[in-house]
Amino acid sequence: MFDFSPFLDLPLLWGGIIAVGIFLYVLLDGFDLGVGILFPFAPTDSCRTRMMSSIAPFWDGNETWLVLGGGGLFAAFPLAYAILLPAFYIPLILMLLGLIFRGVAFEFRFKSKGYMVKVWDYAFHFGSLTAAFCQGLVLGAFVEGVKVNGRSFGGGSFDWLSSFSVMTGIALIFGYALLGATWTIMKTENQTQNWARKVAFYVSLYVALFMVLVSLWVPFLNETIFWRWFKMPNLLYLSPIPLLTAGAFLSLYISLKLKKEVAPFLLSISLFVLGYIGLAISLWPWIIPYQVSLWDAAADRKSLSLMLVGVSIFLPFVLAYTAYCYYIFRGKSNSEIMY
Amino acid sequence: MDFDPILFSRIQFAFTVSFHIIFPSLTIGLASWLAVVEGLWLKTGNQAYKDIYTLWVKIFAITFGMGVVSGVVMSYQFGTNWSAFSDRTGNVIGPLLAFEVLTAFFLEASFLGIMIFGWERVTAKMHFLSTITVAFGTVVSTFWIMAANSWMQTPSGYEISPEGIFHPLNWIDIIFNPSFPFRLLHMITGAYLATAFFVGGIGAFYLLKKRHLNQARIMFGMAMLMAIFVAPFQIFLGDLHGLNTFHHQPAKVAAIEGLWETEKGASLILFGWPDDTTEETKYALKIPKLTSLILTHNLNGEVKGLKEWQPDARPPVMLPFWSFRVMVGLGCLMALTGLMALWLYLRGRLFTPRWFQIWCVGMTPSGFIAVLSGWFVAEVGRQPYIVYGLMKTLEAVSPVLGQHVFISLLAFILVYSFIFGAGIYYIIKLIQKGPGPSRKEEIYGSHGLPTPPSVIAIERESHV
Ligand code: HDD
Ligand code: HEM
Ligand code: HEM
Repeated sequence: MFDFSPFLDLPLLWGGIIAVGIFLYVLLDGFDLGVGILFPFAPTDSCRTRMMSSIAPFWDGNETWLVLGGGGLFAAFPLAYAILLPAFYIPLILMLLGLIFRGVAFEFRFKSKGYMVKVWDYAFHFGSLTAAFCQGLVLGAFVEGVKVNGRSFGGGSFDWLSSFSVMTGIALIFGYALLGATWTIMKTENQTQNWARKVAFYVSLYVALFMVLVSLWVPFLNETIFWRWFKMPNLLYLSPIPLLTAGAFLSLYISLKLKKEVAPFLLSISLFVLGYIGLAISLWPWIIPYQVSLWDAAADRKSLSLMLVGVSIFLPFVLAYTAYCYYIFRGKSNSEIMY
Repeated sequence: MDFDPILFSRIQFAFTVSFHIIFPSLTIGLASWLAVVEGLWLKTGNQAYKDIYTLWVKIFAITFGMGVVSGVVMSYQFGTNWSAFSDRTGNVIGPLLAFEVLTAFFLEASFLGIMIFGWERVTAKMHFLSTITVAFGTVVSTFWIMAANSWMQTPSGYEISPEGIFHPLNWIDIIFNPSFPFRLLHMITGAYLATAFFVGGIGAFYLLKKRHLNQARIMFGMAMLMAIFVAPFQIFLGDLHGLNTFHHQPAKVAAIEGLWETEKGASLILFGWPDDTTEETKYALKIPKLTSLILTHNLNGEVKGLKEWQPDARPPVMLPFWSFRVMVGLGCLMALTGLMALWLYLRGRLFTPRWFQIWCVGMTPSGFIAVLSGWFVAEVGRQPYIVYGLMKTLEAVSPVLGQHVFISLLAFILVYSFIFGAGIYYIIKLIQKGPGPSRKEEIYGSHGLPTPPSVIAIERESHV
């Protein structure tokens, strides 16, 4: 069967595809989860209904990127999938349980009355919070690296727990909250919007703090990372990243002050893009940091070739109809229940 | 207590996938049926179809939501609990699952939004198209996951490297492996039947209570149409499937039949008590020669018994044996229901006899039970292999602690019972409310009058 490996560096290409897939998940489900994280703090019940309605048509599609990320990793880098998932057994199961509560809360809240509405409000909130925290935790533990023994995970079951991973867990909660707040600014008006604007302002301060913390901490996790950033020509080449990040924060504050509606969301996205690029630079070319490279973990080249055909054909469609759905549900969300 | 990660991983996988499959069984059937109902509504303009659609799309939404969240759990468990399996088969199974995501999950998830929330935002045609797209997505999804599962049952088109890693040789052989066509058809038909008996049962319930009669007749009538035509077809398919299994997995069939000794002219054991320790099926109620006749089309054909395999290469017997009888028994009851419906219809009394309505209410969960039993036959009968004949389940497990799997299993049991209990509660509430106007715009106050447009406008304007 067909095999493109003579002409293309398939593992590299697939590394890129998976990275983009996971990033799209982080962005898209990030604002859903962020809305969930901020949910109980909204001023009134109808604000909450508005917030929920604003994401109800999208959450399922957004979560599908998580399936693509996981499934893509399984398909393109089975070795990495087989080592990483057992390594993060506990946080991943907790994340899945969190996503269950978050996911069903939409349907159930819209169909409930009285105190049951509160039950699903909290299911939504704590589900989102747990999922976000666990994802951050996994990210942190991933950056720190896992023990590998032959072709499987060789460490202990609590290796993922460290001060760094807890910090990244909390950082991601704030990151998602920022996406959620700026999304809410974009999709609501009046009271809800004013509240979200205030929230976005405070949350972004924490996000800035955590980004500084992570940027200072990561180079000291591993010497290669340190020299990659602080060696001489590199320092110059890479300096645009922190500078652009600072610029993005500044523009975010200004756009919040000027009561812009869309710009804050786009600027928060750009913060995520920059952070992600920074991380990618640090971790390159590992798929399991400091142990297994993209090329070592890649699946059979024939499998990668087949999937490349699939991705080239279907991903454009997926992106097109995803965009179409966002277009259909454009504009401000309303507080009446949508059924 | 000895915490064996293999045992708990198996129980956890079996528990979560058994929960998961109940929802697809309903969403696959409902999506196609809703497409038909919406099409009929667009064509005839009969309000009853619209009412049916609005009721069932809500039930669909709840079921779909639960299907998604339990499905995401499934896709991650391949890695968390079966990492050695993932490592070795990833080259083959991985692309099939990736294609499922690309071709089906995104499609379903995106157009579901329009299907549920899009009434006022897209044209009726576009809405109809969304329903069709979702229905199409569920079938495509079934295609890929059945390909993956069937490959594990009857692997083909692969080669194994010296380290034991599976590599693809021919994708057509991998996807269209020997048991795939049977399993795919049998599963889709199973899902359609499960849905038909569910919808039919609810229709019968309304008829019995003399509520929503217009809509109930449509629901009930359409379900009976399925019972008349599709139930016998399923029996036919099941028979072909069984013959194919006999060819590729004779040990599974021996377990299904409760047959220990290799026999020429083997009898069919209707009921009995298979006993692993004495290696015999006790208290067997037999029909002479029938098994040989069914499986080999020859009264004296040879059928291999379980003793043909070493004890550690045999599947457990009890579960496949009994599950198979439950599935086939229910299949026969479904076909019988179809026959009764046909007979009543020909006498012009399909909607009248109470006993038949009570019978159909009783049959409401039958399809789900049959689907689950079928899967128990297929999966437990595949043991002790995870990839039939090539990789044992024992070798597949992740290096995680048994204690942790035990705790995660408990967590899944607790969470699933609570969440899915709530889901069932909301579905029952929707059914009690019944079809008919229920949208905010359609009922104003408590008098069932349509909301005056001015009031809708005011409610929309009044910002919070
Ligand atoms: C016969 C069909 C069938 C079977 C055997 C399975 N599924 Fe399933 N699955 C579906 C049919 C389906 C579906 C019809 O496509 C679902 C069901 C309800 C739904 O909402 O979509 C779905 C949803 C669903 C989702 C969520 C998709 C989304 O985000 O929209 C995932 C990740 C999986 N499944 C994964 C699995 C895995 C890993 C399985 C095997 C172990 C599995 N499913 C068995
Ligand atoms: C959806 C309906 C399904 C049901 C109800 C089901 C049921 C089960 C059961 C009961 C077991 C445990 C068997 C045992 O250990 O004795 C099992 C195992 C397993 N099944 Fe399925 N299964 C289903 C579909 C699938 C599909 C579609 C796949 C793969 C694509 C799959 C892959 C597995 C794996 C990897 C195991 C774990 C290893 C094992 O215990 O054998 N199953 N399943
Ligand atoms: C009455 C006649 C039936 C016969 C003879 C029959 C036969 C079979 C056989 C032999 C298997 C196991 C195949 C294997 O794993 O190799 C099977 C599996 C299965 N059956 Fe049936 N079946 C019947 C009715 C039904 C009905 C009524 C339903 C559901 C409504 C159903 C749903 C399933 C499912 C979901 C599976 C598991 C997936 C698969 O292997 O196809 N069956 N059936």
